[in-house]
Amino acid sequence: MIVRRWVDGVDERLDGSSFISRNLRKVFPDHWAFMLGEIALYSFLLLVLTGTFLSFFYLASDEPVTYTGPYQPLQGQTVSAAYDSVMRLSFEVRAGLVMRQIHHWAALVFMGAIIAHIIRVFFTGAFRKPREISWLIGIGLFLLGIGAGFTGYSLPDDALSGAGLRIAYSIILSIPFVGTWLAYLFFGGEFPGPDILNRLLVLHIFIIPLAIFTLLGAHLAVVWHQTHTQFRAPGRTEDTVTGTPVWPKFALKSIGLALTTFGVIALLGGLFQINPIWLYGPFVPYSTASPSQPDYYIGWLEGLLRLWPDWEFHVFGHTIGELLLPSLVVPGLVFTILALWPYLEARASGDHEWHHFAQHPREAPVRSAFGAVGMAFFVVLVLAGGNDVVAKFLGIEVDSFNTILRWTLFLGPVLSGSVTYWICRDLRDRPRHPMAAPPRVTFRRNAAGGFEEIESETPVAGRPSEERDRT
Amino acid sequence: MRRASLVVAIAFGAATLAALGLFVVYIAGGQPQVEGALLFVALAGIGAGLMVWATRLMTGIGQITQSRRHAQPPEEKEAAAEAMAGGVEEMSRRRLLFRLLLGAAGALGLAAIFPIRSLGRAPGASLFRTEWRPGLRLVDVDGNLVTRDTLEVDSFTTVFPEDAVGSGDSQAVLIRVQSGSLQLPADRLAGAPDGYVAYSKICTHAGCAVGLYLARVHQLRCPCHQSTFDVLNGAQPVYGPAARALPQLPIEIDADGTMRALGDFTAPVGPSFWDLPP
Repeated sequence: MIVRRWVDGVDERLDGSSFISRNLRKVFPDHWAFMLGEIALYSFLLLVLTGTFLSFFYLASDEPVTYTGPYQPLQGQTVSAAYDSVMRLSFEVRAGLVMRQIHHWAALVFMGAIIAHIIRVFFTGAFRKPREISWLIGIGLFLLGIGAGFTGYSLPDDALSGAGLRIAYSIILSIPFVGTWLAYLFFGGEFPGPDILNRLLVLHIFIIPLAIFTLLGAHLAVVWHQTHTQFRAPGRTEDTVTGTPVWPKFALKSIGLALTTFGVIALLGGLFQINPIWLYGPFVPYSTASPSQPDYYIGWLEGLLRLWPDWEFHVFGHTIGELLLPSLVVPGLVFTILALWPYLEARASGDHEWHHFAQHPREAPVRSAFGAVGMAFFVVLVLAGGNDVVAKFLGIEVDSFNTILRWTLFLGPVLSGSVTYWICRDLRDRPRHPMAAPPRVTFRRNAAGGFEEIESETPVAGRPSEERDRT
Repeated sequence: MRRASLVVAIAFGAATLAALGLFVVYIAGGQPQVEGALLFVALAGIGAGLMVWATRLMTGIGQITQSRRHAQPPEEKEAAAEAMAGGVEEMSRRRLLFRLLLGAAGALGLAAIFPIRSLGRAPGASLFRTEWRPGLRLVDVDGNLVTRDTLEVDSFTTVFPEDAVGSGDSQAVLIRVQSGSLQLPADRLAGAPDGYVAYSKICTHAGCAVGLYLARVHQLRCPCHQSTFDVLNGAQPVYGPAARALPQLPIEIDADGTMRALGDFTAPVGPSFWDLPP
């Protein structure tokens, strides 16, 4: 058979037989939560595929041209060549619009899957030794994803993305000592800057994807080498991993998941309009779209800007503006704490052992409480990032909504953290998880007509899903 | 088992049909909604088929347990550390050469930084001034002259210097309020004749165009982060994250009604930066 001949040929040239069989027989544990990272991986592949198509049509130029395409409301208007090229891609290139919308939706799914994956790894303690490297790489990928998203949606040079770029320029400007120089070097001069679209393009289609590819490769290699964590179950030990072999069962499932992810994102891209730049209009520096919101994974940064007080500082005749703290210092701190969490936790708990068993959130109430604090913090900030839209929806003034949000930003995390801690501790201290199947007891009728117990199985603490698996 | 193979067969069949449908749609000129739906059936059809195949039809392949790799035995670790450290020691034994190497590498790194300077021009004084000069006439977005009669009371428009229409840093809002209602210091009031007052349109918070005018309360509001400025009181911030007032553009009105700038803005426009004096 041809496959066997191929393996034979590889072995004769690369001495690869043991490598092939070892890796094809490698065991991958099953758990639905492992899908999250895979979905992130596959959305990235889809981003590369659709993005390559888009890059064949995009023109990174602020050269003014007259729009003459089929979209009537803009006909005769002066727009940049970049905006014109995206309009052409959307309205005149066959399958262009669906590709563009799939690309944008894939970016939203990519970031969502990364966030869900980070949350899963955090709450199950899967970042503990020896997996700190994967965690650090993962946080790096999250940051790169934010960068990829921002540089990407800034490319069409529409009114909405122009506002985002203007804010980014102002944030760079606010850096002490070197901010002015950095902003001028990155934008090529004073805003809007002659070279910015070209630089965004190089970042978006070369530098950031290359970095993501590299880190993703390392992330997967480390996971492959270290094996997955697993929940505790009868018959499982710290030293073993139980699951299905890579080939063919796991591979088919995973390829199936990849294609299904592609399909769902394609459906979103086909049916749900996203980033309709023709409705926003071309970017002009003297007008701002209202309301203007960034994509959600940047929404929390926008929310920080909206809620932050009007603090401006003066030191030795210099100015530190209102933007530095909320847009650079606070996010920097948040990401530092997030990245260092495995080390902080090991230090606080004094636990420097290896852990191959994943934990349930209830097994680590303090960690889970901190996780809940972080999640509440992010949720409030994302709401704040769309405060005008949400306030309008709720029918209240933006100003009073801001007051509510400021209080919630402090009280929400405290409340969610305390409740989580209380629930986790309560569950941990119960002998049996309330949602677990009742222990199975087998009786036998004896000669006297009564019943005697012959076999009892006490469920392992809190393994509801495992209980179901075995039935 | 039979049902599962039927499901897989149907999924693959539907995927094939949908993929063929994509040809037809493309040749007919393309239609995003239909393309999305067909792509969904084609991709998710194969995907779902594979997943059902793997989970329902590969029952022969059960759960397998393998041992996890652990850290290497101590003597292996020792050997690795020895190999690594030995190489470094071998090099650092020739101290002078080693230091020269570090020096050369450092110098080369420094030299590599210089091309970064080519990325943009020097900021110089550009953040401190705009295109406005004394005597320049005010024009609107389309380049039309703005005169005494252009605006009704309580309305506003965006203005530029006549030779820099659309300029990013020179954009200003010209607002007409009831004559006499402005509460400005005397020297500033001289640049706001007959209830006409002009302010920089760049928000001092993050630089968005301050595009909303709430005529009832005479406030300018930025749509980005809701910084709000009091028009009657020198565009001082009254709400939101902005700390500094919008700089004023002093203007005058000629006898024939033409509006001219008396000079540049009263302060650098836009968000704060390090070299901005307090």
